[in-house]
Amino acid sequence: MERSIYAESFALDVTAKDRLDTRRKIKYESELDKTFSNRIAESAHGEQLFGCIQCGTCSAACPVSHYMDYTPRKIIQMVREGFKEEVLKSSTVWLCASCYACTVECPKGIKITDVMYALKREAISGNYYPKNAPASILANNFFKQVLNNGRNSEGPLLMKMYLKTNPFMLLKNMMLGIKLFTRGRISMKTEKIRDKKALKKLLNSVESKKKILSAGKPADVKEAAV
Amino acid sequence: MKYIYYPGCSLKSTGRVYEESLLSVMDVLNIDYKELDDWNCCGATAYMAVDDRKAYVLAARNLALAEEQMKNEPEVNIIAPCAACFMVLLKTQKFLEENPEDKAAVVAALKESGLNYTGRAKVRHPLDVLVNDYGEAEIIKRITKPLKGIRVASYYGCQTVRPYSVFDDQRNPETMDRLMKAAGAEVVDWSMKTRCCGASLTGTVQDVALPLSYVIVHEAKKRRADAVATACPLCQFNLECYQTDMNSKFKSDLKIDVLYFTQLLGIALGIEPKKLGMNRLFTEPENLYKILEGGNRVYV
Ligand code: SF4
Ligand code: SF4
Repeated sequence: MERSIYAESFALDVTAKDRLDTRRKIKYESELDKTFSNRIAESAHGEQLFGCIQCGTCSAACPVSHYMDYTPRKIIQMVREGFKEEVLKSSTVWLCASCYACTVECPKGIKITDVMYALKREAISGNYYPKNAPASILANNFFKQVLNNGRNSEGPLLMKMYLKTNPFMLLKNMMLGIKLFTRGRISMKTEKIRDKKALKKLLNSVESKKKILSAGKPADVKEAAV
Repeated sequence: MKYIYYPGCSLKSTGRVYEESLLSVMDVLNIDYKELDDWNCCGATAYMAVDDRKAYVLAARNLALAEEQMKNEPEVNIIAPCAACFMVLLKTQKFLEENPEDKAAVVAALKESGLNYTGRAKVRHPLDVLVNDYGEAEIIKRITKPLKGIRVASYYGCQTVRPYSVFDDQRNPETMDRLMKAAGAEVVDWSMKTRCCGASLTGTVQDVALPLSYVIVHEAKKRRADAVATACPLCQFNLECYQTDMNSKFKSDLKIDVLYFTQLLGIALGIEPKKLGMNRLFTEPENLYKILEGGNRVYV
């Protein structure tokens, strides 16, 4: 891991900023994860991703591409090449709002949104996701809540997310919360279905393909209680 | 025809106004429905991000419940008003049809808990039901307070028409515009109909989400719309509840009423505001009331 050694010496030297950055910018082919693309293609049910012609229509259609580390077009190419770490640590994965604009416009019928979902799953199960990024926390807590109760309770869910990530946001959104509360549009009650146990059993009886693929790394969310 | 109504989590909380107004409209139009008993969350966008097979089972349980609770009907028509629920249920159905191996796993799991999934349920959006089953002609007959002089920007959002829905065009949908015209309103022609509102990013990455909502509200204003009509709890929430934040971020003073299309239709059908959840909006749509009374706009 030459990178982390470099990072250490970098941290020790406070004036490093002013020095020439001599890190290697290009990955050697031997460092790429060649199995990554197949794994993602399978998980997203999207073998078509190998047919991408790099036209960039997806990036043009995407409403958030100009905030992303890598645009959707780049992500597709990087997945194909096996830039696993870069892709899974990118902001792209968590900025995708699942609006399906790219999927509808892609001339090659690539289900880009589903690829993004596959990357989210991979990032969570492989522990690549930014630990205090609200989007991944939200997905995780939502998952737990529904696994345990069968329904999502927006009030407690958001509260939890803000407490974990950015309590300041909680304060900022307090006024909003109060407005919603007084209008009966949000409650702090946890919603449940009748037979929670049966649902949990049902959900646990199916195994995600992802887990079989990345065996040995069970998602830590499974047992956590909400 | 009888329908089964699948509310989903949002319509019971932040989207409560949608539920109230939709059910009031269906009552007035004598559309026969019952709520799906013991429904569970559809999984929305977040569940798919963690575990896909579980997400499909979660959604399929609702479809199986609907089949069971409608077993005496010739057709199983589920009304799913929330855009995310609608899309997820459709997606699940399509996915299971295309992937027999996954379908077998899901069917087996559901069987274990006493449910039967065949995939015969039809997932319907209220826009589809109102325009294609009920028909504009029938609706027009029942309009008592036409929305005369009110300019409406129909905003469909992303998942109502993308990518699996077949009842309307994915790029330039028109069902909502047709309903608004039937209600007597004037519809504005604009290009933001299916542009993303920022979805759950408003809660997570506000810096990215606010501009997305802002361009929509801004464009509606520019086209001199009096109201934005929405068909999704998240769109309505983002466009209505964050207007103050948008204004402080972009140093503007936009103010526009953002309502569910069912609320607007409800007014035209003569339903009293309270039954349409008007009192739950951040500010009651005074402009609309004024225009309907023949007065001047309170804000432009
Ligand atoms: S639109 Fe499709 S083919 Fe074009 S770059 Fe994007 S993924 Fe590739
Ligand atoms: S689904 Fe995601 S990647 Fe595709 S256009 Fe929407 S936000 Fe962009």
